[in-house]
Amino acid sequence: MSKSPGIVYCRCAYAQVVADEVKDGVIKGLCASGRSFDAVSDLCEMSARKDPRLGAIARQDNVRIAACHPRAVKWLFHAAGVPLDDARTEIVNMREENAATATAKLLEDDDC
Amino acid sequence: MTASQAYPLRVVLYEGEGALPLDQGTRSVVLAALLDKGYATTVAGKGAIVRDNDVERLLVIGSFTAGNTPGLKDAEGKIEILTRDITGMDEVRVLETVESARNGRAMNQPGSWKPWFPVIDYDRCTNCMQCLSFCLFDVYGVDSDDKIQVQNNDNCKTNCPACSRVCPEVAIMFPKYSGGPINGEPVNNSDLEREKMKVDISSLLGGDIYSRLRERSEGAKSRFSKERDSDKALGERKKCLTKLAAQGDIPMEVLASLPSPEEIAIKVEEAGRKAKEALAKSKH
Ligand code: SF4
Ligand code: SF4
Repeated sequence: MSKSPGIVYCRCAYAQVVADEVKDGVIKGLCASGRSFDAVSDLCEMSARKDPRLGAIARQDNVRIAACHPRAVKWLFHAAGVPLDDARTEIVNMREENAATATAKLLEDDDC
Repeated sequence: MTASQAYPLRVVLYEGEGALPLDQGTRSVVLAALLDKGYATTVAGKGAIVRDNDVERLLVIGSFTAGNTPGLKDAEGKIEILTRDITGMDEVRVLETVESARNGRAMNQPGSWKPWFPVIDYDRCTNCMQCLSFCLFDVYGVDSDDKIQVQNNDNCKTNCPACSRVCPEVAIMFPKYSGGPINGEPVNNSDLEREKMKVDISSLLGGDIYSRLRERSEGAKSRFSKERDSDKALGERKKCLTKLAAQGDIPMEVLASLPSPEEIAIKVEEAGRKAKEALAKSKH
């Protein structure tokens, strides 16, 4: 049995392309869940600086990432030299989903 | 603008054994405040493990029971671990505590810089080198396998998505852009059709922008030295640039900062040579 997926939340703080109500709603939902999770200020900024933390995220057994369009997130990791493994990664699109749906997808209890 | 490469501090909001959990409301407000200032934060409850040695300095904050701030040490001695008690603090005071632990070390912070650079979707890219030939700011290059690569993020002009518009495969994204498919939305057939009919930047100058500029640059010395009519030259340039800006969604300040026709001609030749060499090699 694999353990629950790690959760990474992107705040998109450097240029807010994710609506405030969605990102605020998701952070509240995660904080209310009592789950441990990682929150980053901005994945784009980390990719620009090739932050080693991206590698640590990409190496997780399975991970759910709350950010924006999956195609952008996938290639941002690749640009930083640490490609995500599609089979172990689920990207929740906060540019498209509302806060409740995005939070539910992140906290869904099955293994990814 | 240049991004700082440093990341001086990773914050862990610790709520495991020996610490009281913050109430839900405070937890999310504190967390949002830290993220909005650029601090990556791990919320660590019972049994959480801080994975990988990805930082040199860790700041563990928590509402430690009886004010008992633990002294923590990395067994391998690789990471410096700082601890701070945040019992009873609101987000403003937590932020002050974290800032003071950072102790002035450089880091990027929202508002001071925008991460704006092209991201290539290699599932779509055909290595045609149009982006490399087009970009005047040396953002693109090729790797050791002659594959197109974004090499100089910092040279990219903030808010300018022009190169994504010359890519025939819609393979260039700017995740911070407002609209799709440039922002990473899935590319569908109608996007491809639209992109085929997109503003042909070169045609706006009545043909191939670069050969026109080259011609201009060849004739430039005599023309400009004869005319010395800087107002006229500037007016002409401005007219072209305004048209480009309006139709190509390119910020005026980017166009205004383009190099002179002579410099462009040199850059175009260089980029064209690089692209040709890479294409020739990749065909072998
Ligand atoms: S990955 Fe998406 S959500 Fe995250 S910072 Fe970049 S644009 Fe914003
Ligand atoms: S223009 Fe597009 S398809 Fe051609 S090399 Fe650049 S990214 Fe790839």
